[in-house]
Amino acid sequence: MIELKSLCKSFEEKDVLEDINAVFQNGITNLIIGQSGSGKTVLMKCIVGLLTPEKGEILYDGRNFLNMTKKEKIALRREMGMIFQSAALFDSMTVLENVMFPLDMFSNDTVRNRIKRAQFCLDRVNLIEAQQKYPGEISGGMQKRVAIARAIALNPQYLFCDEPNSGLDPKTSLVIDELIHGITTEYNMTTIINTHDMNSVIGIGDEILFIHNGHKEWQGTKSDIFTSSDEKLNNFVFASELFRKVKDVEIQNIEG
Amino acid sequence: MLKALQTLGSYMILMGKTFTRPERMRMFFKQYTKELSQLGVNSIGIVLLISFFIGAVICIQIKLNIQSPWMPRFVTGYTTREIMLLEFSSSIMCLILAGKVGSNIASELGTMRVTQQIDALEIMGVNSANFLILPKITALVTMIPVLVTFSIFAGIIGAYATAWFGQIINQEDLTYGLQYSFKEWFIWCGIIKSLFFAFIISSVSSYFGYTVEGGSIEVGKASTNAVVCSSVLILFSDLFLTQLLTK
Repeated sequence: MIELKSLCKSFEEKDVLEDINAVFQNGITNLIIGQSGSGKTVLMKCIVGLLTPEKGEILYDGRNFLNMTKKEKIALRREMGMIFQSAALFDSMTVLENVMFPLDMFSNDTVRNRIKRAQFCLDRVNLIEAQQKYPGEISGGMQKRVAIARAIALNPQYLFCDEPNSGLDPKTSLVIDELIHGITTEYNMTTIINTHDMNSVIGIGDEILFIHNGHKEWQGTKSDIFTSSDEKLNNFVFASELFRKVKDVEIQNIEG
Repeated sequence: MLKALQTLGSYMILMGKTFTRPERMRMFFKQYTKELSQLGVNSIGIVLLISFFIGAVICIQIKLNIQSPWMPRFVTGYTTREIMLLEFSSSIMCLILAGKVGSNIASELGTMRVTQQIDALEIMGVNSANFLILPKITALVTMIPVLVTFSIFAGIIGAYATAWFGQIINQEDLTYGLQYSFKEWFIWCGIIKSLFFAFIISSVSSYFGYTVEGGSIEVGKASTNAVVCSSVLILFSDLFLTQLLTK
């Protein structure tokens, strides 16, 4: 479980995050949604420690990340996995070497076991056949799947995904969403996903945090989202005609 | 002035992060071997080519423009050797390498930064500066004496080529000149200077690449800044090192 208490972050006197309080439970997919520039990525960067907030607390199962020593932070980071918007695979390494990288760095296992574990992770994302290819030789969707395999190689307790579906077609996005959701429930991880893909919100949004202009505007489940009266949330989530129709159908189902 | 101090400060902080004990020695040696090949072995070709032609050109220029009946005939060989040993194979070769290797390092690290590969390392709990920069610095510092030695030999072969193929100078005179009043210390001077220059090229270029913010345009700017800054620092340090080593 990850808990945020009164988190504030600003850049040159411009407040980007103001008083964010939230709880992200393990075993479910927690989504952070909001418009571009609302502060989602800054919030995620603060949670993983790439940015330091001015105020507040970030508690990883009760351990305050901001009060930790450098050594404790490094130890905690080994319990984290992250999938970046651009996949962030190492260009000079093959797919297998990319997945093996965290194992090579931190595991004391034998080479054979490390390869076995990396191949298991690649098999989990259905990419075992691409293990000898370089990131430049595979598609964007495959790169995201490799990033997932790399992120889970060390059995992390916390998984962070920054817009995992950006630049992907709807079908591949669905595959990625289902993979992340499946892995989260299978390994009982605390998963936080940054997204503005409404298919993901409706598909795997077990718990949703809506950020608007650096403030926490709304928090609830994917079924709460259809009945919410929050104007800003409705303007954002149901901006398209298609999703307005989906909302109408869902409300009829609830009332029926 | 304030910006220069800030840059110096952040360069020192980055070097502090870089010069720590590697987390995994096997990963360090893997990277180190890769960099030896990428930064050192891949530069041998251009070093040999440039040194060969410069050696030949120096020899021709001195023979045609400096040598006169009032000077001993060995002066061409002697001057060619001194120029190659004292300046060309160390300083000028490192200026050329600052262009080739420096831009390579800065653009590689800059691209890794903008595509979030460095962030990915940090999230994993890896000291990215130590993992990426230390192998580059140690590899270039290791390879530079080899490159300097190759450059000296290629330059001398270039000078001989003017005798063999151009008939510009007598081979015996050239050999006598190359051996005349030889000081072994001058070879060490070149190697010692090049070690400093290798550190400047690799660390300064790494700094500019590692600290890129933005996109591809910034990576290009960082690459240019890395080459310009390394070259200026090489020229300044050459001035001090030459005075220090040849006293």
